[in-house]
Amino acid sequence: MLLKTKGVSINIEETLVGKVTRLPENLTSDSFLLVDDEIQAYPDKAHLGILSKQNDIYDLDNGSVVLKIPTLEHLTEGDIVSVGADGNIHTLYRVDSYHNTLLATERCNSNCLMCSQPPRDKNDVSFLYGIHKKLIPLIPKDCVELGISGGEPTLMGELFFDMLEKIKHELPDTEIHVLTNGRSFAWDHMAYRLSQVDNNRLMLGIPVYSDYYQVHDYIVQAKDAFYQTIAGLHNLARYNQRIEIRVVLHKLSIPRLVKLAKYIYKNLPFVEHVAFMGLEYVGYTPHNIDKLWIDPMDYNKELGEAVEFLANKGLHVSIYNSQLCVLPENLWQYARKSISDWKNSYMPECQSCSKLEDCGGLFTWNLKKHSEHIKPFTTNVLELSSGIE
Amino acid sequence: MEKEKSTRKFKGLELYDRQVEKDYFLLPFRFHRLTPEKEIIVNEVGDYLILPNGTFEKIVKRQIFKDSDEELYGDLLSNFFISEEKVSPLIDVLATRYRTKKSFLDDFTSLHIFVVSLRCEHTCHYCQVSRVTQDKGKYDMSIEHINKGIDLMMRSPNSHVTMEFQGGEALLAFENIVYAVERTKELAKVFNKKVTYVICTNLAVITEEILLYCKENDILISSSLDGPAFIHNENRKRPGRNSYELAIKGIELSRSILGKSRVSALMTTTNLSLEHPKEIVDEYYRLGFKSIFLRPISPYGFAVKNERKNKYETEKFIAFYKTALHHIIDYNLKGEFFSEDYASIILKKILTPFPVGYVDLNSPAGAINNVIVFNYEGSVYATDESRMLAEMNDFSFKLGHLDTHSYEDIFYGERAAWIAEASTNENLPGCSECAFQSYCGADPVHNLSTQGDISGYRPTSSFCQKNMEIIRYLIELMESDKRIRTVFESWIQ
Ligand code: SF4
Ligand code: SF4
Repeated sequence: MLLKTKGVSINIEETLVGKVTRLPENLTSDSFLLVDDEIQAYPDKAHLGILSKQNDIYDLDNGSVVLKIPTLEHLTEGDIVSVGADGNIHTLYRVDSYHNTLLATERCNSNCLMCSQPPRDKNDVSFLYGIHKKLIPLIPKDCVELGISGGEPTLMGELFFDMLEKIKHELPDTEIHVLTNGRSFAWDHMAYRLSQVDNNRLMLGIPVYSDYYQVHDYIVQAKDAFYQTIAGLHNLARYNQRIEIRVVLHKLSIPRLVKLAKYIYKNLPFVEHVAFMGLEYVGYTPHNIDKLWIDPMDYNKELGEAVEFLANKGLHVSIYNSQLCVLPENLWQYARKSISDWKNSYMPECQSCSKLEDCGGLFTWNLKKHSEHIKPFTTNVLELSSGIE
Repeated sequence: MEKEKSTRKFKGLELYDRQVEKDYFLLPFRFHRLTPEKEIIVNEVGDYLILPNGTFEKIVKRQIFKDSDEELYGDLLSNFFISEEKVSPLIDVLATRYRTKKSFLDDFTSLHIFVVSLRCEHTCHYCQVSRVTQDKGKYDMSIEHINKGIDLMMRSPNSHVTMEFQGGEALLAFENIVYAVERTKELAKVFNKKVTYVICTNLAVITEEILLYCKENDILISSSLDGPAFIHNENRKRPGRNSYELAIKGIELSRSILGKSRVSALMTTTNLSLEHPKEIVDEYYRLGFKSIFLRPISPYGFAVKNERKNKYETEKFIAFYKTALHHIIDYNLKGEFFSEDYASIILKKILTPFPVGYVDLNSPAGAINNVIVFNYEGSVYATDESRMLAEMNDFSFKLGHLDTHSYEDIFYGERAAWIAEASTNENLPGCSECAFQSYCGADPVHNLSTQGDISGYRPTSSFCQKNMEIIRYLIELMESDKRIRTVFESWIQ
């Protein structure tokens, strides 16, 4: 899935954010006209700019244009893009997807061994927020779910809350899912400030990788992280914030996984959801693969025990990024098709699998690193014949 | 060679170690020998670990090491037994958990027992209080006292109170119950209270008309059933020897009008019962109850101040309890859901982080904090057992009288303070070092009536003897048999 393209920009000084349309009659002052193969007349309606595959067109006076764009096929009517002075066109919001995410900042105060989006230490907060401020009002009001990720979003400081307030104002019916390591909420005032946003559609996804601080701190490569996260979780609970715990499954988290489940039940019983997630082979993971890799087939016992323990206690539990053929059947009820559409792939042999429809498949990048036990289900002949009887 | 970016310089596990010089600090916890091979350690909020004998000593002597006892060390740390800092970084989490466990105290008195009549048509041989008489004036609670009791109930800080009608046979004063419910309904609106109503009855005189009133007002029926006919009728004497038949008919009628879940039954254990654990369990199962309460606290053996006899009777009860429990577990292993309530209460305390507000097994004890009794003649008692004691002329737990004492006199008076002092097992001799402290409770009334001392003396206390063994046994069972563990987990869901 293409999310970025580039052309030659003319008359663009600061990053523009707008919706795209191929129909000149639909143009508004915050939308771009897409020009594919057919040259179009210069629109008479007000517009933000023109994004074109053509080499040159029009008598340009002051209008903003990007020319020579290799492809526009990936853009759908109503998608929202940012267009930079350098001619870069980023897709910020896709109307056909349930998995839209705002990248709050690439900075992070942790540095997890298996980070899928390795942090970068540059001050991007005001630049990115400048874009999001323009983006948020343009997002369709019927947007079902919007993610906020990083880096560590809370490093935006007060702007983080400003952004959440803007979102609540513009998108009151949208479920907001924030991925944060929760450490900032060890400061009571941060948790309190979040509660002031007062959005009951807001949920925080917070990772806890072990019940033993040293293992957790090692995995996230940050001293004090475990104690800060746990204290943060308690502060958030005190202000009735909605919380999801996220546990990535790998060689370092598996040995104490069942103990972690018990720890969650005893110490964090207020959480709304616990998600156990298969390892993504992207970001730092390939570099650290020797420390992290364990074939998912080989942790089914621990995973099953942890999941069933929590589910029996009445907690809502999910398994993400797993393939049905690798998961014991009693755990299928917890498996979700969770991988965002544009990162989702299947193995060649999956095409013949009778469970293809129900299976979440793999991250595209996990095609290079996956369980040795992926094996298509064939329609059971015995089952068929017994059905006939 | 490609230079690693600075972000990619990952550090090793040992760099995240916070321990200073292989030392650690002990958080409060206690231990108990569980079996000849195993011991249990339990922390302040009831989390436990089962360990080989001798481990406790090693922990205390700082002989547990991070590298050579990696798993145990992690367990001790993450379960709040030890800390690497003088003050655990998660001390606030521990505090929150402690507050949660004790939060049954937050709302103060919920259960308000109204002894509406002392009259009864039964003459159960273990009952010390009831009277067979027509003399309503003398043995029924007066309207005036009902009013005063309700007024006190409305002053409870608890927004959800339970109003329980007891006897004698409460239904002999049904018109007074109706009066009390109607008045309470009106006042509950004014005082913004949710009220649960319960009538305790032997069902002998229950009628359709009574039950229709119960249905209309969401009143629960708590009946008595001691077991099959030969036990029940022996225990519960009445003219015609038909107590059992009436109880069964009453249960059926009640269920048909109120629904199964609104009708419960309680058993009283007598010497005869002790011989027949399985028959009693089977009777409850046969009648379609989803649980049975093998009550360790019952009038039997109550107020006996003979130590040897108490010990012997308690041993007999424990043997009875274990046999019955196994029989119940067997039902579950065959795929039926059927639980034992006393075990469920204790298991909830052991296995969940939540409060369990069962009045007979709490610390601080349920007396006053969770329950109060308004007796038929207007006296106010700390618990149901307190008024039984009073029938034998011991008024130690009489808190006052509805005619002469105010809410403050009763709930915060000198008597209440005296009882409170012996109500927390955290500071009772013996209990204060007991590993089972957070699973157990304190019972000052039982202490005084059986040992003549409100604080009691643990080595010969039948309350302790019973609870210590039942708690120990439940843990032993679930730790030694995974299937039993699963059964127990299903009881507390
Ligand atoms: S073969 Fe492919 S589609 Fe079938 S269960 Fe396995 S991963 Fe899923
Ligand atoms: S009564 Fe016995 S079992 Fe209960 S806490 Fe006290 S010493 Fe322990």
